Amino acid sequence: MSETELIRVLGDDDTSPAPYHPSLDDESLLALYRRMVQTRLFDAEMIRLHRQGRVSIYSSSEGEEALAVAAAMTLSEEDWLFPDYRVSGALFERGVPMEEFLAQLFGTSKDLSKGRQIPTHYGSRQRHIASISSPVGNGIAHAVGFAWAARIKKGPEVVLTFFGDGATSEEGFHTGMNIAGVHKLPVVFVCRNNQYAISVPFNLQTGSDTIAVKAKAYGFDGVRVDGTDALAVHDVVREAVERARKGGGPTLVEGVSYRHGAHSTSDDDTRYRKAAEAEAWRKRDPIDRFGRYLKSRGLWDDARDAALRETLESRIQTAVAEAEAAPPPPLESLFDDVYDDLPWHLREQRQDLTDHLRGLKGRKP
Amino acid sequence: MSRMNMVEALNNGLHLGMRENENVVLLGEDVGLLGGVFRVSAGLQETFGTDRVLDTPLSETGIIASAIGMALYGLRPIAEIQFADFAFPAFDQIINELAKYRYRSGNQLTTPVLVRMPVGGGVGGGLYHSQSPESHFAHTAGLKVVIPSNPYDAKGLLLAALREQDPVIFLEPKKLYRTTSAEVPDGAFTVPIGSARRVREGTDVTLICYGAMVPLAEDVARRAAEEQIQVDVLDLRSLLPLDIETVLASVQKTHRIVIVHEAPRTCGYGAELASLIVEKAFWSLDAPILRVTGFDTPFPYRLEKEYLPTSDRILDALRTTVAA
Repeated sequence: MSETELIRVLGDDDTSPAPYHPSLDDESLLALYRRMVQTRLFDAEMIRLHRQGRVSIYSSSEGEEALAVAAAMTLSEEDWLFPDYRVSGALFERGVPMEEFLAQLFGTSKDLSKGRQIPTHYGSRQRHIASISSPVGNGIAHAVGFAWAARIKKGPEVVLTFFGDGATSEEGFHTGMNIAGVHKLPVVFVCRNNQYAISVPFNLQTGSDTIAVKAKAYGFDGVRVDGTDALAVHDVVREAVERARKGGGPTLVEGVSYRHGAHSTSDDDTRYRKAAEAEAWRKRDPIDRFGRYLKSRGLWDDARDAALRETLESRIQTAVAEAEAAPPPPLESLFDDVYDDLPWHLREQRQDLTDHLRGLKGRKP
Repeated sequence: MSRMNMVEALNNGLHLGMRENENVVLLGEDVGLLGGVFRVSAGLQETFGTDRVLDTPLSETGIIASAIGMALYGLRPIAEIQFADFAFPAFDQIINELAKYRYRSGNQLTTPVLVRMPVGGGVGGGLYHSQSPESHFAHTAGLKVVIPSNPYDAKGLLLAALREQDPVIFLEPKKLYRTTSAEVPDGAFTVPIGSARRVREGTDVTLICYGAMVPLAEDVARRAAEEQIQVDVLDLRSLLPLDIETVLASVQKTHRIVIVHEAPRTCGYGAELASLIVEKAFWSLDAPILRVTGFDTPFPYRLEKEYLPTSDRILDALRTTVAA
């Protein structure tokens, strides 16, 4: 295995080569597929909600569902996920109910983060998911610090962190990979190389032929996997997680994929890439490919697919309606959680605001 | 009680803090085998091992980011930045991550990291070993900012900061590391964060300062007393949160204020202080508030003495204020 070889399980016709024995049982294969479809439909609904002015911004993972879901499903309950903002499928795979994620997207009083972050920037202590930050790459180095602590405390945790190809130019990536390499920490780096950092293409992001090769300089293995091949992603990440758990150190996994949609709902991708390129990648859609594999194995058919999509659409609609109906966080919460306590200056500012809103005149000097 | 300089007091505080709580780890450049370039962490790795005193690669971003990850795990990291001037590469991690984690996660995930860094001039350090970036930190919601001016406060504030549930920026005036010694209790004690100290009692003018400016202010106050100007000297110790009550009580007593800090004047900590005093005690003031500060230039090398507030400049300001 080299850092430039692309690991695949599915062949060109999307049936696996004969000798391949899936590492997942049939039920798990179907669960993986269902989760990917759920992610696709959920993301599509969020784009619709954005167009209707109901969600302020959204970053769709369309085309990258295999990476998010298949990688996250290799984790155990005690493990931790340090995600970025384009892996909704990984959140669902960690057990986040759609209602809970939607509460974050709408920023309601039911949002675990109390409406403090823009959509997709979820975080949950209970589900072992770090709070997502917008500056890309920052979470990579947090994941490494967490893994370092796990090493110090001899904890069982493996840490998995997601990021895009653009993040590999950021300092968080470099310093995180470096520290992980020095101490052989239990962390798996999953790069979603979707070919674009907003508008900047891969060849303007790095002089390397691959992302995976960058691991070599930090003293550990990089693996390049077909990110549209759910089985390959699962097997590669599973091996990396097992290696980390056994004390074998970190792995950088480069999932070669394509961002089918724009960077976010605020972006217009027709300005920087050709329709033909996107069309070519659509032929390698991860859900279509995995679906064809399941059908070739006799595990799936069109009727079940249609039924699944109908059920999911209805569940998504119900979840959206419920989440959207929740009120915004209370005004006073603006000042909570800046600190564990409420220092005098924040108490004073909170009083000023409530007095102002009650029509009272300002404080007497 | 033992006689300790600030380095010894901090070292003693670190030993106690690490003994008290096995989740406390220290990480930074050269903090382990060498014991830190200023020897503040001397002997700690020998005592607590390489799993608790960690020499990091040369990356301030890596130090702070690792500390954040460790805190999320449940450790109590003390992160050393070798010079405050080198905190700038880690600014994103400090400002965007460390300070905001509790808030942005809705109080689910917290990052009680103690970030220690030597600050200030007076040691011939030039541009990159002398700056006083306290205003950047004090301008950031989610951080607490403290700066001791003597060995006793250094140890007491350090142990208090280690019990905080929020990130604390702990600024160590490097000029004072070894210049003075004081009696410091051998055992654990704390100096509460958010409380200023009245260094000297006076009735004519209040001199507000912190860090390395405090011993200088004491000297100036003695000179002023010879001219019958009685100076009330306040050592803030905590910049965020500020002990506003002690400040206002002094304003109401003296009605005249001089603020001294090393950092440049524009948007410096003194500006916030003056503004607060004007908002809350305008009618108690008998004279304009004056500031004696570093100039709005980069920190110089050969002209360091001229750049930093001097005894004479402060005394001039005191005279002007009292005469106004």
